Amino acid sequence: MDWTDSGIVLSARRHGDSSAILTLLTLEHGRHAGLVRGGFSRTKRGILQAGNVMAASWRARLEEHLGNYTIELESAHSPAFLDDPDRLSALTSACAMAEAALPEREPHEKIYLDFLYLLEALPGPHWAAAYICWEIGLLADLGFGLDLATCAATGACDDLVYVSPKSGRAVSKEAGAPYRDKLLPLPQFLRVGEADSPQSQPPPSTEAVLEGLNLTGTFLERHVFAPHHKGLPPARHRLVDRLTGITTISGV
Amino acid sequence: MTTSEIERLISLLAKLPGLGPRSARRAALHLLKKKESLLSPLVDALTRAADQICTCSRCGNLDVEDPCSICTDPRRKEQVICVVEEIADLWALERSGAFRGRYHVLGGTLSALDGIGPEDLHITGLVERASGTQVEEVILATNATVDGQATAHYIADRLGTCSVTVTRLAHGLPLGGELDYLDDGTLTTALKARRPA
Repeated sequence: MDWTDSGIVLSARRHGDSSAILTLLTLEHGRHAGLVRGGFSRTKRGILQAGNVMAASWRARLEEHLGNYTIELESAHSPAFLDDPDRLSALTSACAMAEAALPEREPHEKIYLDFLYLLEALPGPHWAAAYICWEIGLLADLGFGLDLATCAATGACDDLVYVSPKSGRAVSKEAGAPYRDKLLPLPQFLRVGEADSPQSQPPPSTEAVLEGLNLTGTFLERHVFAPHHKGLPPARHRLVDRLTGITTISGV
Repeated sequence: MTTSEIERLISLLAKLPGLGPRSARRAALHLLKKKESLLSPLVDALTRAADQICTCSRCGNLDVEDPCSICTDPRRKEQVICVVEEIADLWALERSGAFRGRYHVLGGTLSALDGIGPEDLHITGLVERASGTQVEEVILATNATVDGQATAHYIADRLGTCSVTVTRLAHGLPLGGELDYLDDGTLTTALKARRPA
């Protein structure tokens, strides 16, 4: 068994003295682990960093084996964020979420492509919006998509400011007013119809980003992690903690 | 010594880093051949190490006394603490001879996958030390990896309430490094950290 694919490094764990068990999010083979001989050697350790994109060749005698990876760096994204705690938190959170939420060896092409888009968007001013959109895409691809286009109560497309925590559907300001304490706020940059994309709007405020993270976090925790008796990954909590502790997001 | 005891010796040696079963067999045979000149002194040294070496309650270093000799050395600057991930990193800095302050060993890095959270690292002790009136600067000497830097940022946040200057090691070109052979990441960080010539 062997294949060649592109993959984003989600994690690399030491195995033995110098080898590594590398988990990649690949285009055609989903989240896939494999052994990299000498992966923790001086020459290779630097490239096996979360968020880097690799050209990977996987080979094993049987399909169910762990197999061996032969890797070559395609693009190094992680070094650009080492000095930026906010973006580094978003990157590690996205890697931890993909590692924890995605089933192994199941292709999720859209999540991979969205992740690549996130890596491209992270250096820009809309990085927080891009991260939240990536989580919304993750929810949708796992079968728990949010409907933020129409009001769950009236069918209206305008003035959508809430999301029902039960159905994951948007609720208009008027229909949601009596239940506003129980509904989740829908940040403006996620309102469909307000603009073509979050990038055409000004970068969201910290409050709006935290509302967005709360929105996706609620559904991810309930639908993706709780059935496995797990919570959101610690890296995701640290991202929220970091944003909660600051008044402005760097680069905004 | 019965065969099973030799096998036990080999299996224990094989657990050491850098040694597999084959190397362990060679090491065991070598030790047994040089019983007087090597095996007995080694047993003696191992016994002494097991009895006497302890972890410094202040910085996490290994030494025969607690606090360790670095923490009690009056010639070292008490105002500067260098934070490292592991004791091996402390030893590396000591070999360089470039740092003459105190250390603090974290015992690892934050890792979501391995379930290592802030409570598993010696961060609380660092915050307590940094809160002391004598400390003026904390140098974050974690590795230039995603986990290492994420940990450094977390610690910098935690030290925000302390009145200390928090610095970190520079990233960039290694001494003797040739641009043509450097990886993209090192070049990126070197360009970002450029300074006036």
